[in-house]
Amino acid sequence: MREKARILDKDAIARAIIRIAHEIVERNKGIDNLCLVGIRNRGVYLAQRLADCIKNIEGQDVLTGALDITLYRDDLALASGQPLVRKTEIEFDINAKNLVLVDDVLYTGRTVRAALDALVDFGRPKSIQLAVLVDRGHRELPVRADYAGKNIPTSKDETVEVRLEETEGRDEVVIVEKG
Amino acid sequence: MNWARKDLLGLEELSKEELGLILATAESFKEVSTREIKKVPALRGKTVVNLFYEPSTRTRVSFEVAAKRLSADVINIATETSSVKKGETLIDTGRNIEALKADIIVMRHNFSGAAVMLSRHVGLSVVNAGDGWHEHPTQALLDIFTLKEKLGRVEGLNVSIVGDIAHSRVARSNIWGLTKLGARVTVCAPKLLIPPAIEEMGVNVTQDIDEALKNADAVNVLRMQFERDGETAFPKQLEYFKEFGITMERLKKAKKDIIVMHPGPINRGIEMSSAVADGAHSVILEQVTNGIAVRMAVLFLVAQANEKIKNGPFASAQGHPERQKGFEG
Repeated sequence: MREKARILDKDAIARAIIRIAHEIVERNKGIDNLCLVGIRNRGVYLAQRLADCIKNIEGQDVLTGALDITLYRDDLALASGQPLVRKTEIEFDINAKNLVLVDDVLYTGRTVRAALDALVDFGRPKSIQLAVLVDRGHRELPVRADYAGKNIPTSKDETVEVRLEETEGRDEVVIVEKG
Repeated sequence: MNWARKDLLGLEELSKEELGLILATAESFKEVSTREIKKVPALRGKTVVNLFYEPSTRTRVSFEVAAKRLSADVINIATETSSVKKGETLIDTGRNIEALKADIIVMRHNFSGAAVMLSRHVGLSVVNAGDGWHEHPTQALLDIFTLKEKLGRVEGLNVSIVGDIAHSRVARSNIWGLTKLGARVTVCAPKLLIPPAIEEMGVNVTQDIDEALKNADAVNVLRMQFERDGETAFPKQLEYFKEFGITMERLKKAKKDIIVMHPGPINRGIEMSSAVADGAHSVILEQVTNGIAVRMAVLFLVAQANEKIKNGPFASAQGHPERQKGFEG
């Protein structure tokens, strides 16, 4: 494992989140009926940051939840890479809401597919949009992001690591070469 | 840490970390039962066979509900109506179930060690739902889960287990689990129902119920099986209630927020009074609810581990290291 490049630093991440927050408010014409759901683990913290920014813009709290998609994976054996099944916490009604799903990296699209399956079990949102900090390409499913912090062309031999204050103690996005 | 066992046979063999992992996983699964759609697709396409050699309603139903909330298909085999009556051995039954391409056998058996033996002869996962006087791991796990949920921790708690300790797999599994997690366990029963050398499991022993309740944070009351005693049952029941029954009066002398557990079904007026069973200290129905979450966690973890084993280096031996070595015993 070798760190190849640092794509976003603390300030760049902060700016990306502020921009996405503005885009969400603009696209949804305000925040009535809006809710954010972060995909565990880092998506939850990003959703919280977006919610904080949106509050600064609109002066109002936006509903925020957390989704664990382990139980919706399409490969049980792969899911065991995950150390622990964590809690899903969506303590509001998602019916008829404009729901923004938040994750750190968009790659194959399989996580998002699982998240969509999970959300359907909770209700019928009016719309589901997708916000990611990094879109690194290589989709295996017809999924796209509505809001992306940064598009980064990558090779499949590389990994994109998003590190956040809340999980790793610092904010940065780096490309790591495997092997 | 990762769960690597294809089976759950007992709590004796588990580490503190493995116990912690099951409990933490169960916490996440509890939320699923609060949803409007109480189902996740985690075990879609998997088949769970409930193989019960002893009558059981609550454990079997709990496993069935747990498996269905994970989207598994469930088949119930009650041995009174099966080929077991025609003399089929346990191992043959297990291999036949394996040939049906089932994935998990949940087994209740009247012989201690039956689950361990079955697990050595099949590649699918075996979950022990009670074997003889040996272990009933998921019952103890749901008791401990409930304790942790109610009291915020397990370590350092004083837990008393009251009743027929000698013939109780529930007691045995609870003792293993609780002591590993750092609780202090006291067992309380009439002398004849305390097994010899039980102290070696790291528990205190008393025959005085007030002593057992005195410092307890929780009391786990076991079911007494007097119905087996025929016509001498009634006087024994009265006697037992007088000496060991949990009453409000006795609880008044205990810690203010002591919790009362019971694996069910309760014998009201024998093990405890109705006032206790239905009172503020009782968490008996919460145990039933938590049983689903704990069993979902166990089914999920063993299925996941077995999937990994099947796709891993032991694949040719149908996921079984003992078979790899030519084990046939």
